[in-house]
Amino acid sequence: MSSPSPIRAAFRQAIGEAWAGGAGALLPIGFFAGAAMLVPFTIGSEAAQLAAIGTGVLWVALALASLVSMERLFQADLEDGTLQLWAQDETPLFLIASAKILAHWLISGLPLVVLTPVIGITLQVPAGQLVPAMLAYGLGGLAFFLWGGVAGALAASVPRGGLLIALLALPLFIPTAIFGALSVQTGLEGPNILFLAASTLFALAVAPIGASAALRLAVD
Amino acid sequence: MSSNALITATGLGAIRGERVLFSALDVSLGFNEKLVLRGPNGSGKSTLLRILAGLTRPDAGTVETAGAHHWLGHRNGIKSHETPRQHLRHWARAWGSDADPVAIATQMGLERPMDVAGRLLSAGQKRRTAIGRLLLTDRPIWLLDEPFTALDSDGRALLTRLIDDHCKAGGGVIAALHGDAPFEASREVAL
Amino acid sequence: MISAFANPHKFMALSKWLAPACLGVGALLIAYSVWQGLWVVPQDDYQGGDIMRALFIHVPSAWLAMGSYLGLALASFVWFVWRHELADMAAKSIAPLGAGYTAMCLATGSIWGKPTWGTWWLWDDARMMSVLVMFFLFLGYMALRAAMETRQKAARAGAILAMVGAVNVPLIKFSVDIWASIHQGPSVLRADGPAMPAVYLTPLLIGALGHMIFFAGLTMVLMRAEVWQRRSDVLIARKLAGA
Repeated sequence: MSSPSPIRAAFRQAIGEAWAGGAGALLPIGFFAGAAMLVPFTIGSEAAQLAAIGTGVLWVALALASLVSMERLFQADLEDGTLQLWAQDETPLFLIASAKILAHWLISGLPLVVLTPVIGITLQVPAGQLVPAMLAYGLGGLAFFLWGGVAGALAASVPRGGLLIALLALPLFIPTAIFGALSVQTGLEGPNILFLAASTLFALAVAPIGASAALRLAVD
Repeated sequence: MSSNALITATGLGAIRGERVLFSALDVSLGFNEKLVLRGPNGSGKSTLLRILAGLTRPDAGTVETAGAHHWLGHRNGIKSHETPRQHLRHWARAWGSDADPVAIATQMGLERPMDVAGRLLSAGQKRRTAIGRLLLTDRPIWLLDEPFTALDSDGRALLTRLIDDHCKAGGGVIAALHGDAPFEASREVAL
Repeated sequence: MISAFANPHKFMALSKWLAPACLGVGALLIAYSVWQGLWVVPQDDYQGGDIMRALFIHVPSAWLAMGSYLGLALASFVWFVWRHELADMAAKSIAPLGAGYTAMCLATGSIWGKPTWGTWWLWDDARMMSVLVMFFLFLGYMALRAAMETRQKAARAGAILAMVGAVNVPLIKFSVDIWASIHQGPSVLRADGPAMPAVYLTPLLIGALGHMIFFAGLTMVLMRAEVWQRRSDVLIARKLAGA
């Protein structure tokens, strides 16, 4: 008798789904790059001007890109009946939700993080800030996906709930955005990166529980 | 808790919006028993099964179960990219089952569409896959919501056999049905 | 289901006189503070001349914006744990009122900011930014409840969101304060501390008390409306079911 491994199974299923979605992983990347590319067209390509707002633009793009595919994360499971099966499993639902959000982050979020130095260079972000930027985006992006997951879970039963998800999630993004942007400037010393890490840890502690409660509501 | 019943539910009540679906409802399922739920659309058959499955919290009453359950809802739980083989293997892993997904799929008559993605399967094939889940792990209680939907006559015969075998082995089945039951029901409850 | 309305009976009896009383007392206190603020209190370049009298509405409404969100979260928690229907009705009623007070706070801040700092909107003010976030929290709450299919689902969804939001509020406030301090922009109103002279502080506090009592009265009015609404929904549903 093998031992049950529901969390790993949920994780693999989520990875498989994101992967099989065809353009699934490419959509946030495309959005991210596209939004960042739009900026020079709108504010001018003067290097100093871009450098001043480059990191900020990246954070905005990251936040919005993390919301792009959030609508389908739980809604698809609700619609095809998978969520109902998970809800009846012995495993606490918040662990299943965490596995799904983490899988979603790996497929849709990490590529953005890897991409940030590339986009950053084009936006005239100073070279010394690129590596702290990646670390900050790694930490911050995870928080975005966690809070986005809560919003996605709450709106799972709402058709075309993308806008609602954005409205619910954006206030929760603010601490991460603030500390993240400050971290990019002050780098690895200073308290800001610690505040950022603390915010993400807080999200790790709270968001899965909120998402799980919302998912139980969705299957009810 | 009576030890000779798989499910004992007393005083169940359910409200949807302002509508009372049912109230003061007692349901029990014994070993080897096949219980059929009947009622028009919207009468609360699905809600009752969901309450017994633990998906929905009843607005009144309590449910006691003597064992684990399998629930089969209206939707099959098959993802659009999942093949029957992948689907059964996934849940076998999740539930810690040693059953062979291929053998079960074959038993369910899915030998040919075994590696066809969910979105390309017919409704009947998806239903058979979902029913295959019931065979992955041995759980005494089966809660089936209109399980014969989309099944052809072979499929109906197959499911009937599975239900009969399950109950003979000591399990219990509650099925919400629309038309005639292809199997002999021990009891019927009308909502 | 009858028991769910047993509590509301007592509430209806109580609020029948308590709601108007709160509205009346609150209005009086607010009127006093506004009168003080607009006519009596000496003008002073302490905060930019005459226009700083908007302070007497701006600051209390900021306090109420924050406080009412916590009230919403508390009501949601009470409902989530004990399922008192009144708690859910309270939460549902507080939301639009809280949103209104945040709007009032932002508007008075803008009105005050324009002649003083030459701009309708100041990003650098920590209070304005916190209140702006509150505004979106209230809006999100109302939007989520409205999107749910049934009343029960709306109550549950709202409760989850309110509680998640509430535990985030300290973190949000902290981060906004840090952000505002870094930028060290001019504050719309640096009037919070005990450094404020008593001649301003007293009417301000009286006004704040008045706003709180008035808010409580308004909440009760909305809750009464909600009770009536639900009773009529039940009657209509029974009629449709042919009872």
